[in-house]
Order: sequence, then structure tokens, then C-alpha cells
Amino acid sequence: MRRLTTTALATTALATTLALGSLAAPAAHAQESDTYAVTGATIHTVANGTIENGTIVMRAGQIVAVGGADTPIPAGATIIEGSGKHVYPGMVDAFSRLGLTEIGAVSATNDQSEMGDWNPHLEAYQAIHPASEHIPVARANGITHTLAAPGGGTISGQATLIHLDGWTVEEMRIEESAGMVISWPRVGGGGRGFFGFGGGNQDRSFQQRLEQYEEDIAELDEWFGAAAHYKQAMDAGSDRVTRDLQLEQLARVLDGGLPVIVQANDERQITDAIEFSEKWGLDLVLAGAEESRDMAATLAEKGIPVILGPVQRTPSDRDAPYDEPNTLPGVLHEAGVEIAFATFNSSDSRTLPYEAANAVPFGLPHDAALEAVTLGPARILGVGDRLGSLETGKTGNVIVADGDPLEITTRIEHVFIKGVPVDLDNKHRRLWEKYKNRPAKATTT
Amino acid sequence: MSRSLNLVLGLTLALAGGLAAQEQPVLVTGATVMTASDAGKIENGAVLFQNGRITAVGPASEVDAPSNAQVIDATGKFVIPGIIDAHSHIAADAINEGSVAVSSMVSIMDVIDPTDISIYREAAGGVTTSHVMHGSANPIGGQNAIIKHRWGQDAEGLLFEGAPPTIKFALGENPKRSNFGGIPGIPDRYPQSRMGVMDVIRQAFTAATGYKAEWDAHDARVAGGDRNAIPPRRDLQLEPLKQILEGTRYVHAHSYRADEILQLMRVAEEFGFRIHTFQHVLEGYRVADEIREHGAHASTFSDWWAYKVEAYEAIPYNAAIMTERGIVVSLNSDSDEEARHLNQEAAKTMKWGGMTEDQALAMITINPAIQLNLEDRVGSLEVGKDADLVIYDNYPLSSFAKVRTTFVDGEVVFDVDRDMEMRQQMAAERTRLLEMLGEAEETDEAGDEAPGSGNGGTR
Repeated sequence: MRRLTTTALATTALATTLALGSLAAPAAHAQESDTYAVTGATIHTVANGTIENGTIVMRAGQIVAVGGADTPIPAGATIIEGSGKHVYPGMVDAFSRLGLTEIGAVSATNDQSEMGDWNPHLEAYQAIHPASEHIPVARANGITHTLAAPGGGTISGQATLIHLDGWTVEEMRIEESAGMVISWPRVGGGGRGFFGFGGGNQDRSFQQRLEQYEEDIAELDEWFGAAAHYKQAMDAGSDRVTRDLQLEQLARVLDGGLPVIVQANDERQITDAIEFSEKWGLDLVLAGAEESRDMAATLAEKGIPVILGPVQRTPSDRDAPYDEPNTLPGVLHEAGVEIAFATFNSSDSRTLPYEAANAVPFGLPHDAALEAVTLGPARILGVGDRLGSLETGKTGNVIVADGDPLEITTRIEHVFIKGVPVDLDNKHRRLWEKYKNRPAKATTT
Repeated sequence: MSRSLNLVLGLTLALAGGLAAQEQPVLVTGATVMTASDAGKIENGAVLFQNGRITAVGPASEVDAPSNAQVIDATGKFVIPGIIDAHSHIAADAINEGSVAVSSMVSIMDVIDPTDISIYREAAGGVTTSHVMHGSANPIGGQNAIIKHRWGQDAEGLLFEGAPPTIKFALGENPKRSNFGGIPGIPDRYPQSRMGVMDVIRQAFTAATGYKAEWDAHDARVAGGDRNAIPPRRDLQLEPLKQILEGTRYVHAHSYRADEILQLMRVAEEFGFRIHTFQHVLEGYRVADEIREHGAHASTFSDWWAYKVEAYEAIPYNAAIMTERGIVVSLNSDSDEEARHLNQEAAKTMKWGGMTEDQALAMITINPAIQLNLEDRVGSLEVGKDADLVIYDNYPLSSFAKVRTTFVDGEVVFDVDRDMEMRQQMAAERTRLLEMLGEAEETDEAGDEAPGSGNGGTR
């Protein structure tokens, strides 16, 4: 039994975890053992309460035991003494661009949105860049998996659920296709445009913009109608229909076989998206939902989950209360809506826990905030049986911290993905190490 | 002309402000008072203020309130100095005069918008002073404004009276217009490279040096009794640069890459002036010793990166490295959203760079005050300073922090209970107006739909 003392851990905390893995490389599979245990820690299972002085054991990628101090530890396990530490499920950014973009201003690094409005056949999976510098940055703050989602157009494409570790996207894959992303059309409000230089809708009346919106919805409806006919023909074994990749992929959502993640923020969008989903029998997940406050009861009643737009945003309009973004999660939760937090971003994915925390002093219970970055999104994304909590049989995505991961000053000391410790080094830490050690500049003569 | 007008208005305002200032003493007591001064953190502390100034700070047992004082029991709560945002773009009708490479003749002070709701929302996040800056479209940009978050006052009433003037410079991708190609309304113009950016600055200060020499010669003639001396023609573009050379206007330079930071310092040294504060300065960690040696301050972001090429090597440890190398560092927002939680951004330096609580707090209070040359007025809780302070329900350097009350000049500009009351008043007002509209529609019944009820397909 190899035992790592807390002293040894303290010295490794800044640079690497344990003795495993080369710099910034995806986790090497354990050289000596595929079994890990954290002992003596406070274990926040999310599913079954909190265990003081608890032990969690991972083997071959899975959690095999969660319990008290008397939990047996298999021979050969690598042990982390976790007294004073806290163990949580790894956090999931329920809607991000991780792996799909590198530098916002450089279009050459954009693989998150394609031209055209109707792209049900496009998959984020095809474009995820496992070596993106953003991935180890997010991971170092305890984000262990994410929904990498495409954007742009109306039917944006299929989002992929990935572990934030792996040599290839195949090793990162949880669900190649976890949902069809639709960016719901909007009437648009004109606005000041870009830097006051004019913007898209300024020169059109509300009536014109409304007509355009209705045309967009009608076109979306036609796509679904076409997909339904296509599916009908294919199911009937027709040999007279040419294979159509767009319709074939869109048809996957028709019987609820693939969740439809609809980005919608204003009331009109949300109402119409719900109506549309009911018409076509879709498994609807709302993303954004900034103006869903007055519809909380409806969402709860219909069982429509919400991936919340950023809490760290300005209120939706000038007259909205200053804390509108902060109170919304609590309102939805109170009404019984399943919620998840997300960054809708790549470089900022590491700030996910603070999105959740910022709702807590404004009415969201702390446990619900934690659940909404762990088990909640796992359920919403259809993997609640495999991820999101510390339970026997679940995938070993686990973090060890010196406190509550939703608190900024907490340090994430170990991250396990698929039951294996991953390297917490990243571009930022390397630059820090390098430049904080720059020799003092010789004084100019 | 506008400058002298500003001066007059400023003086008038200072007098008016003095007359209108909070007269009843206020005692906030029982809180953990984080002073951002040598007094550090005072458990069970108290702050007393009157007429907009702090009159006592210390342990609650040692601060006696006058009998007429309003006493706020803040037991279990936290008090910090009002947050100062060293880089903001709120409360302004325009940000960039981007048509020219040197826009030093324009001023944000001319376009203050006192109705911008961000003034209030940021006060609800603890911000009491903001440096409202010109944009970054030009190597030498416009003059900035410093405001207090006196929500409800007019444009002049917001201006921080007596604040030393500042100006914006900008380096790198923005003045090169690198990320703005092909956008209608944004002209291509010189410069397009970092060489050109430095040249624009050097050309401008060559002209300003000559302009200053003309004025110095003229002033000498006048001082020597020459009553017939004809003054040089006044140049509104060069005047602010002359002030920079004279050390009476302070340069705040938008910058990202270490090389451009270094080069700007060398150009400034060549002309005998100093960069007062580097803004953003995301690669400041690479040239921290050089920045300190030059004597510049640094105002940076907590953890933003990768939004453009020059931000790709930004690290959340930047503030910590620069602090450890002896630079006065602040954290700014550059955003009406980020400004609402600068306390949390400060906490990030404790996480990523190992800053102490005092160091982190200083980055949003006394350090930005120093960077704006206002450290004698604001930035810490000390006797004689402006009564700008924030009461938090809980520990402020936290993602769970919530502001209860914000004071500017001793007046409440935000209070969570008052906010709730105002919401109810607004809701009642809205209901009343809708009822009036309903009555009007009934009396206007002619078979047509009432205005605003929409038609065809709307809900």
C-alpha cells in the first residue's frame, strides 16, 4: 500500500498531483495501480448527504466504495490522506465552448459555429481540440466534464459531452451527441449596435422584425416536418428516398431520442419553444432562460430543465432589479425546476462555481447550488446514472479541495477524471512559475 | 474654455456639496471593519461619519456617537472602504473618438450621462468611485473623468471635485484596429503596427515639446515684465500633452504585451515624463521590475484571458507577481458587469497568487485611490477621509458576499431594504398607470384596437 502523506501533498499541490503524469499531459494510466482512495476527508456525496471522516475508493475508473472510516481499502491502493480536506463530485460546465475555440478575436481558432442556419448534422465532436490550453485551465479549478456546444445559425448542431482529460477526443468522450442545439430566433430589439456604429435591426420596425421572426419559426417548423416525413419514409423501409444527412440527424430528436437544447432568453422565445417542443414531442432543455422567472411554475409542471445563462450578467433591461440575474436560480429552484449552471464560454469555464455561488446569498440554498454544478447537469444531460455524485458505480470524476469549491479562495488540490488523478499544471501555472522566478533585474547604471 | 468652465463648476459644486452634505452623524457599529489602512482589520469595530467625512474609526468600545447620531447596528457584518474602479466606461454618452490617432482634445467630462443605471447597479456592488475612461482606439486617447456614484445627481454633480486630471493612452491591437477590420463606420487609419503606435506617440510629444517651449518662453517674457508679449496660439490637442510633460496630467496607458509596455516607458523617459498607471497590463508580470523602476502603477484584470492574441498569455497570477515585485496594483472592471463584483475579483488573487486578505482588499480600495491620486480623499477608512463605505452581510472577499448598504459622502446610495421598497413603489406606479390606460381605452371605444395592443399574430 503506497501512502502519500499530507506533507508530500502540500509540496506537490502547486505543481502536480501525486507523482503521476508528465506536465500538462492527459493522465497516464496508473503505473502501479488503478486503485485510489481518499481517507479521513469530509465527503460531500451530493446524492446521499455528507460523510465526516469518510473514505472513497476508486478502481478501474469507477467509484467502488463511499463510506465511513471503516470502509475497506483494497491492497495496492494509492492513498491520499484527506484529513481536513473535502471531497466533491467533479463539476460540470453544462454549456461551454471548451475545445471549440482558442482565441476569441481570431476566427482561425473558431470551430464553434458554422455558416448557414440549418446544421443539425454538424457535431461539436468533430471539432474538439483535446490540446486546447483552455482545458487544463478549467480542470485546475475542479471542472471535470462539460457539454461542448456549437452555436450560430438556428439549428446550430449537436453538442458533445466530454471529460476534460484524454489524449484524443475518443478518450474524452462521454456522449458524442448529448443534445441538438437550437438557437431560437428572436424578434430583436434593434439596440445600439457594435460600439455605437449601427447594428442589425435598427432600421426595421417592430412589425417587420416580428414578421421576420414568424417566418423563421415557420421555416424551423418546415425542417421538423421534413424530418418527420423523412423518418416516416425511412422507418417504412422506403428505397425511394435519398439519404439526407441533415434530415437523418434532425429526425433523431423527434421521439425524444435526443434532447433538444434550446437557447432562448426572452418570454416570447421560451413560450414558443415550449409550444414547438410539445407539437413535435421533443425532449426540451432550455439554455439561457433569462426571462423565465414568471414561467417557473410552468417549467416545473412540464418538467423542463434549465441550463441557466450566466449569473454574472447585467440585468435584462434598465428597469429590471439590480439582482435579477442573482435571484433567478433561487426562484426556479423553489418552483421545482431542475437547474444547472454554465459559463457559455471557454476561457472562463473555471469560474463556473462562482456562477452558482453568486445565487446563494440571493435565495438559492447552498446544497442546491452545489447540485446545480454536479448532479443536476448530469441528470439534465442524460448521464445522471453515471456522473454527478459520489456513489458506488459512478465514474470516478472526483475533486479534493481544502474547502467548498464554490468559494473563490478554496484551492482544488486533486482532480480525478475517470478514476485517475490528472495533472493540475497548465499554461497559466507554467508562466507563473517561470516569471515569479525571474531574477531581479539588475539596476540600470 | 471648457476647462475653465469645468473648474468654475467644480468649485461651485464643492461649495454646494459642502452645504448639502449629510449633517446627522452616522455610526456603523459592531461590524468587522476592514480599513485598508495601517489599522488593518478591527473586529467589533465602528465607523462614525458626519458631513460626508469619517470622524472616527476604531473598536466599537472606543468610538462614541453623539447623541443625535443615527446608529446602524452592523453586528456580524463587514465594512470596507468604498470600492474604486480604476477603469470604467459607464455613465458616458460616448467612449471612443476613433477617427484620429491622437484624440487628446476630447474629454469624457463633456459627455457624462448621469442617468446610466450602471451608476446605481455598481453602487449595489460596493463601487463608490469610477475612473470613466476614453476608449482604446488611439495611441493617445481622450481625457478621462472621475466620478463618484452619487446616483441621482446631475453630470457635474457626479464628477469627483478636485480630482487630478488623467488621460488615456493605448497600445497594441486596439489602436492598430487589428480586430475591427471591415466594420462599417470604423475607418482604417494610421497606425497599423506597434511601430506606428510608438511613432504616433513620439510625433505627438515632439510637437508637444515644441509647444511647451513656446509657452515657456512666452511665460518667461511675461514674468520678466514684457507687457507686449504675444502668446502662442493655443492648441487644444497639445495642451493636455503639455500638462503631461509638466506632470499635472496623469497617463493611464491601456496595454497588454510586455514589449509594448517596455517601449512606452522608454518613449516616455525620452521625453521626460512618466506613465502613471498601466491599464490591463496583462503581461506586466514579465516586466514587473522595469515597471517598478519606471515608477508606474498597474491596474489589471483578475482572470480574463484568451479573448484576443495579446491576451493569450494573460495569467491570473499577474496581480500577485506585480505586487510581489513592489508595484501598486489594482483590479479594475472595464465592464458594467464585472464592476458589480470587484470584491470577488480581489478574492481571486488570494486563490491564484497567494495574496493576503489585506493585499487583496487594497487592490480595489487604497491602491486604485493611489493610482487616481485620490488617496488623501478615498480608498481607506481613516479619519478625515470621505465617508465612502460599504456594509456587507458577510465576508466580502467571497463568492457568497452580498452588499447591504453603500454610502458615498456619508449618504446612502444603495441599501438592500430601500431597493426592495422602491421596487414595490415602481410596481404600484406601473399598476396605477396601466389602470389609467385601461380607463382611457374604455372611453376611446370605437371598435378599433387600442394603440399598443398589437395585432396579427402577437400574443
